[in-house]
Amino acid sequence: MTLLMEKDAPQVGERTRAARGRVRLREHLLGWLFVGPFALVFLAFLIAPLAYAAYLSLFQRKLIGGTSFVLFDNYLKAFTDPSFLSGTWFVIRFSLVAIPLQIGIALALALILDAVTSMFARFARLMIFLPYAIPTVIGAIMWGFLYSKSFGPLADVFGLFGATAPDLLSSNNIFYGLVNIVTWQWVGYYMIILYAALQGIDPSLYEAARIDGAGRWQIAFRIKIPLISPAILLILVFSLIGTLQFFNEPQILRPLAAGAIGPDFTPNMYAYQQAFGLANINYGSAISFALGGVVFVGVYAFLFFTRKRRSFL
Amino acid sequence: MTRPASTGVRRPPRRHLPLQVFLGFVVVYFLVPFWWVVVNASKDSVGLFGGGNTLWFADSVDYLGNLYQLFTFDGGIYGRWILNSAVYALAGGVGATTLAVLAGYGFARYRFGGRRFAFALVLGALMVPATALVIPTFVMFAGLGLTNTMWAVILPSLLNPFGVYLMHVYARDAIPTEILDAARADGAGELRVFLQVALPLMRPAVVTVLLLSAVACWNNYFLPLAMLSDNRLFPVTVGLGLWQGIASANNAGTTPLWSLIILGALVSVIPLVIAFFTLQRHWRGGLALGGLR
Repeated sequence: MTLLMEKDAPQVGERTRAARGRVRLREHLLGWLFVGPFALVFLAFLIAPLAYAAYLSLFQRKLIGGTSFVLFDNYLKAFTDPSFLSGTWFVIRFSLVAIPLQIGIALALALILDAVTSMFARFARLMIFLPYAIPTVIGAIMWGFLYSKSFGPLADVFGLFGATAPDLLSSNNIFYGLVNIVTWQWVGYYMIILYAALQGIDPSLYEAARIDGAGRWQIAFRIKIPLISPAILLILVFSLIGTLQFFNEPQILRPLAAGAIGPDFTPNMYAYQQAFGLANINYGSAISFALGGVVFVGVYAFLFFTRKRRSFL
Repeated sequence: MTRPASTGVRRPPRRHLPLQVFLGFVVVYFLVPFWWVVVNASKDSVGLFGGGNTLWFADSVDYLGNLYQLFTFDGGIYGRWILNSAVYALAGGVGATTLAVLAGYGFARYRFGGRRFAFALVLGALMVPATALVIPTFVMFAGLGLTNTMWAVILPSLLNPFGVYLMHVYARDAIPTEILDAARADGAGELRVFLQVALPLMRPAVVTVLLLSAVACWNNYFLPLAMLSDNRLFPVTVGLGLWQGIASANNAGTTPLWSLIILGALVSVIPLVIAFFTLQRHWRGGLALGGLR
């Protein structure tokens, strides 16, 4: 709009300003032309569903009386619903254990692979990354077999040491069974990202540190890890977002771990059960929105405490 | 070993024996599930439940027979699932990547009004649980009659904010502005500058985003599970999940379905493993992008 107004008010230097205006307008148009297609998809499949879910979550459908507007009743219900609360508590506990474990292992492996350069190290890097290429559903099915009493090897392996194998599908151990699956699935991916970041460090820094008398460990802890901390932070945030939405693995193991995994095991499973199992779309929307709130608060709390907000978002 | 070229001379490999032995144990852990699947895909029901060694082959090794069973069971439904997965991965992957490349380049290279706000929205979208979108999208698609069609899986897959973020970072850092300006001064239009100058420079990031989006589509479970009810439209993840539910419900556990699931799991991972290995050179550089900010 300002561009047009400038044109209407002729004064000295009008031509150059109008020319600049045309350039600016062109830049606006070109920018939106490139971004436009994605913006459309963004509106249609992110903004619109979110707005619609927010809208849906404000209603309740009853057998008698039909659908009625209830404002925040669904949310009050969700945050006092033992199913939602226990599921949320589970994914929080699970995140606190699984994420540091995965990232710790991934970091250790990345540092090793950065230090050891042999044929075997290269082979190991690929093999550790391999599970990332496996759909989480298939990964869960594979581990389900390994945990299974009828055809899993755990009994044999523990038998070698004269011990009885733990049943990783029982309600006492399912937590660890799932921690193991996600660790196997994601460590390789995190490792590759951290490894790539390590490879991006200028090696002359190491030479300088060595001349100053730093040893391997000091180089790792004082130079390498601080320099790749943005990558570590990025992984932490993404794994937190992913883990709070935990769905695929427990959903797949549910038939095998009867009794240990209920339909409300994680908030996402609960939302799925409500929306598609019980055709309670309104409450399902409220739960997934509430979960979105938990993710948002979780990520922001995390970024706040690490005080690194500006390096990422 | 591909250190960045700037380091110059290739160094002799550093072998650290204790660490290599340790890596050996780690590799065994990561390979055990594959090994189990490869071994047990060769067995029939008798071999599976006969109580033999679960980590070694049984007396009869019959991959071909099992493969024949897998691809003929229930009218060859498994082959359809694999094909569906390929369609979803290809359509979703190519579509999402195209949009992400255009948008990332636009965000990085043009100063247009609303750019900062729009990009902040994209970054915020990284935090939205993808599954929180599935329920309302399902209701919207139900209204449009799109549920239980392939579009219901493909269209939402076109949204890949992380891809836009990666492309933005790459387009901003890896394309020298002077090259673009030189091309413009030579009279090339903006589209030509993008297609013939910028795009080739962005190739590593494009391959990475393409691979990541295709993998995400191939692995997707929640979205197709919610959207599809006709099992002939299932991707292989949902299909195998279905079989696994049936086989487990069949409590005694000796149904022949189990050997199909095991082989089915093995066959379904082969395309992605091949894609990752053959494209290794291209995606490895790209993955560093997100981390180096």
